[in-house]
Amino acid sequence: MIETEEKHILTMLVDNKPGVLSRVVGLFSGKGFNIDSLCVAETIDPAVSRITIVTQANSLVLEQIEKQLRKLINVIKLRDMTGPRAVKREMALICIRAKRESRDEILRLADIFRCKIVDVGPQYYIIEATGDRGKMEALISLLKPMGIKKIARTGSIALYREPD
Amino acid sequence: MKLNGAQILMKVLQEERVDTIFGFPGGTVIDIYDELAKTDIRHILVRHEQGAVHAADGYARASGKTGVCLVTSGPGATNTVTGVATAYMDSIPLVVLTGQVPTHLIGNDAFQEVDIVGITRPCTKHNYLVTRVEDLARILKEAFYIARSGRPGPVLVDIPKNVSVAKTDYKPIEKVSINSYSPTYEPNTKQLKKVMKLVKEAHRPMIFAGGGVILSKASAELTTFARKIRIPVTMSLMGLGAFPGNDPLSLGMIGMHGTYRANMATAACDVLIGIGVRFDDRVTGKTDCFAAQAKIVHIDIDPTSIRKNVTVAVPVVGDCRISLQHLNRMIDEADLGDLEAKRNPWLRQIEEWRRAYKLAYDQNPEGSIKPQYVIDCLYRLTNGKALITTEVGQNQMWTAQYYHFEKPGHFLSSGGLGTMGFGLPAAIGAQAAFPGKPVVDVAGDGSIQMNIQEMATAVEHGLPVKVVILNNGYLGMVRQWQQLFYDRRYAATCMNCAPDFVLLAQAYGAVGLRAERPSEVEPVLRKGLETPGPVIMDFRVEKEECVYPMVPAGAPITEMLLA
Repeated sequence: MIETEEKHILTMLVDNKPGVLSRVVGLFSGKGFNIDSLCVAETIDPAVSRITIVTQANSLVLEQIEKQLRKLINVIKLRDMTGPRAVKREMALICIRAKRESRDEILRLADIFRCKIVDVGPQYYIIEATGDRGKMEALISLLKPMGIKKIARTGSIALYREPD
Repeated sequence: MKLNGAQILMKVLQEERVDTIFGFPGGTVIDIYDELAKTDIRHILVRHEQGAVHAADGYARASGKTGVCLVTSGPGATNTVTGVATAYMDSIPLVVLTGQVPTHLIGNDAFQEVDIVGITRPCTKHNYLVTRVEDLARILKEAFYIARSGRPGPVLVDIPKNVSVAKTDYKPIEKVSINSYSPTYEPNTKQLKKVMKLVKEAHRPMIFAGGGVILSKASAELTTFARKIRIPVTMSLMGLGAFPGNDPLSLGMIGMHGTYRANMATAACDVLIGIGVRFDDRVTGKTDCFAAQAKIVHIDIDPTSIRKNVTVAVPVVGDCRISLQHLNRMIDEADLGDLEAKRNPWLRQIEEWRRAYKLAYDQNPEGSIKPQYVIDCLYRLTNGKALITTEVGQNQMWTAQYYHFEKPGHFLSSGGLGTMGFGLPAAIGAQAAFPGKPVVDVAGDGSIQMNIQEMATAVEHGLPVKVVILNNGYLGMVRQWQQLFYDRRYAATCMNCAPDFVLLAQAYGAVGLRAERPSEVEPVLRKGLETPGPVIMDFRVEKEECVYPMVPAGAPITEMLLA
């Protein structure tokens, strides 16, 4: 029986020390797990960082990924953020070709998607967009026909909603 | 008290009651060696750093203590990698101390600089680069704690030269606590009750014991458990000795070169209790067919081992010994009915399998020496009580099959990584732990040459290891695969140019003996074992003998080639 692979968003609190990210990432490459996106930064406690990884795996592989990550000495806490209990966002900077005939259309799209124009030139806009994965994909597909010159995406971050 | 890094290291080694270190000096550890010489810790100077790690590993496997080795930076450090990976695969507690260039030169491609922490990240349980002398004591204590707790493993500590000479206030660290690391020793009672239920209902149960039983010192508990409920026991290569090999309930080894009855019983059992095992591919063969009729119970301290390779009905995360203690108590309190009557058909079936195909060989007194006969004689002459190390390949499998290990800690072999060259240095380490016990390395003519330089170590330190070379002029196991699966095309497996091992032994200042006829096997073994000091015994054995049974790689384990 071959199970389908699904996207999972895992976040972990880790010791903020040199080499820790390399342990986490090395585990994925060494064991043949995959990484869709990766995001790392310090938390409010400077001794602790939060790593968020989006991965694709079937349930057995996901179980191994989680167990293997927990086994790393520097991983303090790990949570699967998949599902509605967590809020997820990613951000993108999109440099888009802006010829005269498409400038209005781009501004309209930016407005609909609540994006900001952070840089303007005679031939381009740079748009700052945030949202969940679905929104980003939709925005990108609408902008694509106008000509995306460059794009930088952060990958997902996530937080669990506090219990009521 | 102000101490420098090297002195702090000595303090911690003494606190951890380290009595022996295996190592090789160099520029970045010269200050550490200077301090080491002032202590009463014994240092065994090896001839290659790989030998140092294998020796520390053999010391740890034989004694149950944490092995320690010390090497310099750069090539000294990279030479440890095979040894570290070997220990990692077999979960052996080691602390590997490597020198490093001074912190201000790290990243400059300095002389003998290498990123050993980066290199060994995937093959250590954990590793450290010490950047401040203030952290050294804590890191060293953590290293020992991590190495021997939970599922044991090697921990590497990289110490830059300036850290070993820098001074700081030292006070002993009493207790180590790492907030993100707390292995689960105590099993979940609910899970154990499920195990009991399965055991109660089972008609054809069997136990599959592995290295975890030996590491958690659970052999006595396992033996009690198996005998109380009359369940037959098979063992992985790493588990040999966990249960007495001559016990009527012992099925011998499972897997690719396992016994006929062990593999047949695995396919037929209805409950399989895996204890301290990881269902390695050399054990399971084709996983879809492995124990296909059985509900599998898996007891292991490492959750990542569970459900990694096979589907498990009842997972139990916990220490093997503590789990078995609980189970033994539960058995005492439970009513299991008439076990005798219940088990008899199953045990009779196993007895039939045992009779149908026994491990056997045919030694013609006028023919060439059968390698199995050498192991058989060695077993008899040592009363099964020697510490046996092996290299890897046919020599390892024949030893596993014909030396019926009674006790844990007597079969020291590279199981997971399969490291040729392991046996001789491991024997040196085991001998250092037990100077009075007979220690024998069973080797092939190929693998012994991978770390033969350690003969000098054995001679220098008066460690009287005995090397039994099963000399067939081939890299025998690969040759066997070529014979069976590649139409006898012996690509690169014929070793025509080997040294004269008798002369080689003498060149090292050891004793060399040779047997060329079956009638010489016993006298040579007897003489070799009685001779004080290191001895190499060269047995010219049948050149194209194969290890049977054999399950072709990837086949179900019931599909055995029997001869």
